[in-house]
Amino acid sequence: MIVAVASGKGGTGKTTVAASLVRAWDGPVQAVDLDVEEPNLHLFLHPEMEGGRRADMIVPLADQAKCNACRACAEICQFKAITVLGEYVVAFPEMCHGCGGCMAVCPTGAITEETRELGQVLWGWSGEARFLMGRLRVGEAMSPPLMREVVKHLDPERDAIIDAPPGTSCPPINAVRRADVIVLVSEPTPFGYHDLKLAREAFAPLGKPMGLVVNRAGLGDNQLYDYCRATGLPLLMEIPFDRRVAQAYSEGRVVIEACPEYAEAFGELVGRIRDLAVCERIEARRA
Amino acid sequence: MEKILVSCQGRTLDDPVDPRFGRAAYFLVVNPETMEFEVLDNTASRQMAQGAGIQAAEVAAGSGAKIVLSGFVGPKAFTALKAAGMRIGQGVDGLKVREAVERYQAGQVEITDRPTQSGHWT
Repeated sequence: MIVAVASGKGGTGKTTVAASLVRAWDGPVQAVDLDVEEPNLHLFLHPEMEGGRRADMIVPLADQAKCNACRACAEICQFKAITVLGEYVVAFPEMCHGCGGCMAVCPTGAITEETRELGQVLWGWSGEARFLMGRLRVGEAMSPPLMREVVKHLDPERDAIIDAPPGTSCPPINAVRRADVIVLVSEPTPFGYHDLKLAREAFAPLGKPMGLVVNRAGLGDNQLYDYCRATGLPLLMEIPFDRRVAQAYSEGRVVIEACPEYAEAFGELVGRIRDLAVCERIEARRA
Repeated sequence: MEKILVSCQGRTLDDPVDPRFGRAAYFLVVNPETMEFEVLDNTASRQMAQGAGIQAAEVAAGSGAKIVLSGFVGPKAFTALKAAGMRIGQGVDGLKVREAVERYQAGQVEITDRPTQSGHWT
C-alpha cells in the first residue's frame, strides 16, 4: 500500500505526520520524500544514506544546418521549448517537459537528444525503514520529472509513506497519483480550512480514498470539522496544539519518539488508513 | 522605413508603454514616418503558463517590424527576437508609445545586445 501525506497549505505538519507514520507502521515500510524542491523528511528520520544517482531528462538539441524551417516542432511543443523564428530553429531546453514530440515529428533529423540534469535520487535506511528521496537541482524549475525518477526506485515489497509537496498544482498531484490512500493534513484556522478545501477538490478527481489529520487541534476555529461533516471526509486523527510537538520538530525528532504518549494515537491512525484502503476495495468490488 | 513594435498597455499611441514584453497587453506596430499604426492583441501570450516571451517574440517576428521597444525583454524572448533578426531597445517604460517612438527616432534609445535582467526562473 502507498500512502501519500499531502496538504493544500504548506507548514501544516505533513512531514511531522509522515515521520511518525513511518515509525508507527505495522509492517515493512519505506519513507519517500517527494517534496524534492525542499526535502526535509531526512531531518527527522536521520537515514544512513547508501547511494544515489543523478537524474536527467532528454531535451532537444537543434541543428540549424539540417532544419528546413517547417515549424513541425514549434507546433507540437505545448511549452514553447522549441520554435522557429524566420529561418532559425531555437530551442529553450530549460522549458522542456521531455515528451520527445519535437524529435518524433522533425522530418529532417535536425533535432537530437541532449540531457538536462534534474537533480539527485538518494536512498538509504532509517532503522528498519527504507528511505528514498529526491533533491532537485538548484535552478531547475520543474519537479514532476524528478519525482517520476524517484518513484522508479520504490520497493514493491514494502508499503510506502510519501511526504508530498504542498499545494494543488502539478507537483502534489504527481506525488499522490500513485497512492492508494491520501492523508490530508491541515490546521483548524481559516487559512488551513481554505487550502484543505482546495486540496480535496484537486485530488477528488483521482478517485482515491482520503482522510484528514487535524494538526494543532485546539487552535483557531471549527470550520475544518464542519467541512468534514458536510462532505463526509473522514477525520482520522487530531494532534493537539502542544508545545512539546513543536519542540520535537525544532529538534529534528519524530513526535512519537519524543512524546511517546502519542504512539497509541499514531498506531490507531495506521489502522484507520488501512481501513480506508480496504473500504475502497470493497466499494470498488461492489461497483 | 523600418516599422517599430512597441509593447503597450492600451490601443493608441497615447497609451503608456507596457513595461513587460512577453505579457504586454498589446503591441503597436508603428510606421515612424507617418505615425500610422496597427494594433496586435497579445492575449494569447499573456495566458500562457510558461513561454509568454517566446510566444510574444513569434508575434513580433511575424508583424513586419524590425525594431522592438519595451520596458524589459526577458532572456528567452531576447534570444528569440535576436534569432528573428530584430533589434531591441529597452527601458522606454514610463513613456507614451508616441514618445518612445520619437525618442528612438532621435537616437536616444540604446539598442542592447543582452537582456537587462535575468528571467523569473534563473
